[in-house]
Amino acid sequence: MKLNLKIWRQKNATEKGSMVSYPIDNISPDMSFLEMIDALNNMLILRNEEPVAFDHDCREGICGMCSMFINGEAHGPDRNVTTCQLHMRKFKDGDTITIEPFRAKAFPVIRDLVVDRSSFDRVQQAGGFVSINTSGNTQDANAIPIEKNKADLAFDAAACIGCGACVATCKNSSAMLFVGAKVSQYALLPQGKVEATQRVQNMVAQMDLEGFGNCTNTGACEVECPKGISLENIARMNREYLSASLKG
Amino acid sequence: MSRLLSSSIARKIAMALSGLFLMVFLLQHFLINITSVFSEAMFNEISHFMGTNPLVQFALQPVLIFGVIFHFVMGFVLEIQNRNARSVGYVQFKGNANSSWMSRNMIYSGGVVLLFLILHFYDFWVPEMTYKYVEFLPEDPSRYYEELVHKFHDPIRVGLYVVSFAFLSLHLLHGFSSSFQSVGANNKYTRSLKSFGTAYAIIVPLGFAFIALFHHLNTL
Ligand code: HEM
Ligand code: SF4
Ligand code: FES
Repeated sequence: MKLNLKIWRQKNATEKGSMVSYPIDNISPDMSFLEMIDALNNMLILRNEEPVAFDHDCREGICGMCSMFINGEAHGPDRNVTTCQLHMRKFKDGDTITIEPFRAKAFPVIRDLVVDRSSFDRVQQAGGFVSINTSGNTQDANAIPIEKNKADLAFDAAACIGCGACVATCKNSSAMLFVGAKVSQYALLPQGKVEATQRVQNMVAQMDLEGFGNCTNTGACEVECPKGISLENIARMNREYLSASLKG
Repeated sequence: MSRLLSSSIARKIAMALSGLFLMVFLLQHFLINITSVFSEAMFNEISHFMGTNPLVQFALQPVLIFGVIFHFVMGFVLEIQNRNARSVGYVQFKGNANSSWMSRNMIYSGGVVLLFLILHFYDFWVPEMTYKYVEFLPEDPSRYYEELVHKFHDPIRVGLYVVSFAFLSLHLLHGFSSSFQSVGANNKYTRSLKSFGTAYAIIVPLGFAFIALFHHLNTL
């Protein structure tokens, strides 16, 4: 395949970046999108140019590191996949492909396509956990019976890999799907109930502090999320928040 | 108040509640207006009641005005915050691939509705307040129908009203279901509620447009 790539290049966090065109040839339709970028970088290195910096780790859709806003969509045109799971067969020979970093004030660009998503880490640290005694006398998880449908919903929410596609794709750069998933994952389980009131309040406070936008319920996040996290999680977080606020 | 609205979710819930309140008001307003198509006497009777009842005039009316102002001020506040949350925009952004036009343009559909509300207040509310509370003219229980029909004689006004109702419809096509999601109601009734919301968002504005056109054509 022959492609024309238009990629955002930016030396560092402070420099102004710009889109740069890279014609590339001999791309196999079986390559993943990241392998295609690897091929581009090999070419750039041979030409003594700076390779394109991009985030990646597992390359199998579980770590959430790979980002990229491809042809106007987070993780590109395919559904329920991350960029590492996107294949070049989703594109046509001769296509022009626009590749930009995830954009949000809370996700500042570090270099090229690499953005700083540590705002998500701070939201998690504000309450995305269950405090348990790990001194050796932890009780067996199965000692507490949990309804099957609740366990399934909690599991679905826990599938969130913290990739940030929801923020990148939201016209408001809202992190409500991510935080909704993290709040729901615990709110649905008896183990999470103990700290439920502070959890939702602290996580939402941190989310607001990081400068994410407000949710307008456009639903774009749900469509672009590689893990199919449902908008129901946002509604659940809003309910949790409302009841936590009433409790004080 | 500022503490109460200090978090993003609190602001969203307040936005949704004011929107829900306005939709209840809108339905009530529509049900009264539609009587003007069927019965002049009935329309006059209800309007006379609404125009002179102290509970409506001095309790419900201020609440409504507060609700409208709160809703659009909060709409602007949210819009500004949302725009500030992304300082560098995308070169390419495919909004249509994942969301509806209505959901992404609430500020524009709402903005048109706001302009319409200014015109509408100038057309009906200001003369009504002047009549009752400035000039203290004697109440004539049969004046309302004539005033209404007179207003819809002007084709430009009718045109502006009809266009505004189209934007109101766009606003509510997203706003109705959005407000339920915002207050946390996403459950087994959501699908039926969505269909009901779509019906509401089409029928009510269409009905208002019909009333304006009906009186216009009736007096030609
Ligand atoms: C009769 C008039 C109106 C009705 C019935 C109405 C109704 C609604 C409803 C139900 C919502 C959804 C709330 C939510 O998403 O939680 C909404 C949202 C919105 N309205 Fe209105 N509205 C009206 C007038 C206006 C006006 C005059 C403006 C002025 C700009 C406006 C601006 C907005 C905006 C920006 C939103 C989206 C807020 C967000 O979700 O971020 N609306 N409206
Ligand atoms: S909710 Fe989906 S899109 Fe958002 S961070 Fe989690 S996995 Fe990524
Ligand atoms: S590299 Fe891990 S999800 Fe893509």
